[in-house]
Amino acid sequence: MYILRTENVTMKFGGLVAVSDFNLEIKHNEIVGLIGPNGAGKTTAFNIITGQYTPTEGFVFFNNEDITTCSPYEITRLGIARTFQNIRLFKDMTVLDNVLVGNHLRLRSPLLSSVLRSPRYRKEERHMIQKSFNLLRDLGLDDVLYEKAYSLPYGKQRRLEIARALATDPKVILLDEPAAGMNPQESIELMNFIHEIREKFDLTILLIEHTMQVVMGVCERIYVLDHGVTIAQGTPEEIQNNPKVIEAYLGVN
Amino acid sequence: MKNDQKTRRILSIALIALVGIVLFLCNQYLDSYQLRIINLCGIYITLGLSLNLIYGFTGLFSLGHAGFMAVGAYTTALLTMPPQLKQMNFFLEPIVPWLANVEVGFFWALIIAGSITGLIGFLIGAPVLKLRDDYLAIATLGFSEIIRIVFTNLQNVTNGPLGLKGLPPYTTIWWSWGFALVSILFMAYLFKGSYGRAFIAIREDEIAAEAMGINIFRHKILSFTIGSFMAGIGGGLLAHLMGTIDPLMFRFLLTFNILLIVVLGGMGSISGTVISAIVVTVSMEYLRFLDGPMNFLIFKTDGIPGMRMVIFSLLLMIVILFFQRGLMGSKELSWDFILGPKDKTLNLPEEE
Repeated sequence: MYILRTENVTMKFGGLVAVSDFNLEIKHNEIVGLIGPNGAGKTTAFNIITGQYTPTEGFVFFNNEDITTCSPYEITRLGIARTFQNIRLFKDMTVLDNVLVGNHLRLRSPLLSSVLRSPRYRKEERHMIQKSFNLLRDLGLDDVLYEKAYSLPYGKQRRLEIARALATDPKVILLDEPAAGMNPQESIELMNFIHEIREKFDLTILLIEHTMQVVMGVCERIYVLDHGVTIAQGTPEEIQNNPKVIEAYLGVN
Repeated sequence: MKNDQKTRRILSIALIALVGIVLFLCNQYLDSYQLRIINLCGIYITLGLSLNLIYGFTGLFSLGHAGFMAVGAYTTALLTMPPQLKQMNFFLEPIVPWLANVEVGFFWALIIAGSITGLIGFLIGAPVLKLRDDYLAIATLGFSEIIRIVFTNLQNVTNGPLGLKGLPPYTTIWWSWGFALVSILFMAYLFKGSYGRAFIAIREDEIAAEAMGINIFRHKILSFTIGSFMAGIGGGLLAHLMGTIDPLMFRFLLTFNILLIVVLGGMGSISGTVISAIVVTVSMEYLRFLDGPMNFLIFKTDGIPGMRMVIFSLLLMIVILFFQRGLMGSKELSWDFILGPKDKTLNLPEEE
């Protein structure tokens, strides 16, 4: 029983085949890595899973439910959250507000009762703020609650993006290059952090990463893409010794 | 902390009372010309806020405001005009029978006008809100012109190019500022809450907002419909202040005036819009001397109509060059701003 599964997913942009015949299978609570050289189709695969793109062929299943043609917001509601390669925070909003936006999808009061502050809305809002605060505290961002998101240092912006994604109550979280721009020390912290959130929120994690230290350190299984084709999959040890992978990364002489 | 919130609430109520007293005194002692300007200020606050909701807060570059105001103005006018007045106005072609004898109170006329405008905003929004930025601006501008052309040609409903004359002067300071106050409170509470945050998130980053599970399209339509509702009410108030409406009143220039207020005041700032609505409306009137003959010592002009707008355009350019985000940016002149922020710890809303 897989929580997230893609079946022969192919994505063509005109004549370019960005991803071809991609079969991903992730079990509950796994941490899976997706690696490959630049332009291998990793982010395209993410965009297909999260509904930004509808694949040319193939299907995406979440808990055995076909989500191939769902729009991004429906997929987030079902329980797949993501972060972006180039951080996409709501820059002019405070840290707390950024996370509160992640709660909006579970809000049940209509607009008018939010304006009139009905008791039901106030209860929901209270719960929302408490939840966001707890999340920010768990992620060590509670000292910057009312700072604007753009004013945070890079590492905290990355963490805030993860906090915001967690606010949507995901079952699966997709991290697009979480360690980009981090120094080795920060990368190690990130690895611990990924393990922590998995335990705490009972998550399944799929991540794209270039920093091999992080990928090999944190992932239980790895898929390797090259020019849209899955050239290998397996445990970190298997991947490290796979001649095809070495070839893709280092080239052949 | 709780006290903090209480002080702020008392201060707000005191401020509203103060404005009320000032308006009362104005109503007593000012002449009708000055009162008209104060009325216009109130109406432009409502209109400015309605465009700020759509453009400044949700990031939808809409240029269709004049069209929405036209719908509001005509609906209110047709609903409040007494039957004899309608008969007098429609001398070319009689008015359609189902409108001939309708007459409702001003308040209900405004609410119905707002609802019809909101409905039209919804119907226009459904197809055009798929567009973004400049394309959305062009499409909404087009729809606004379509509304105007339709009104010019619906002789037996709108009296066509002749317009409607002699509307009862229902708009008083209490109506225009009452609706302004309701709009301000509505916006303030909306943007304190979750829907307001979702609107701003859409402005900040649409892709990220959708990845947060926000149904972008639904929220855009919501914002657009509420904005049109407010624009319709503003149009209705304006009609009964002017006393005369015709389709030519609702050209692009009217949209431009409101856009000017929003951009000068700061996109995404409620208090900015309020301040700039007052400043722009008052100076529009008091700069009228610019349109008249002027003596520059070296040369004389005998009055160039539209000179005011040149000054306003220059003002707009200066603001855009030096304060990219308008007078207030997205900041608010709130009690937090004046008294210093509340303590930086978590503020949970009070339990009821």
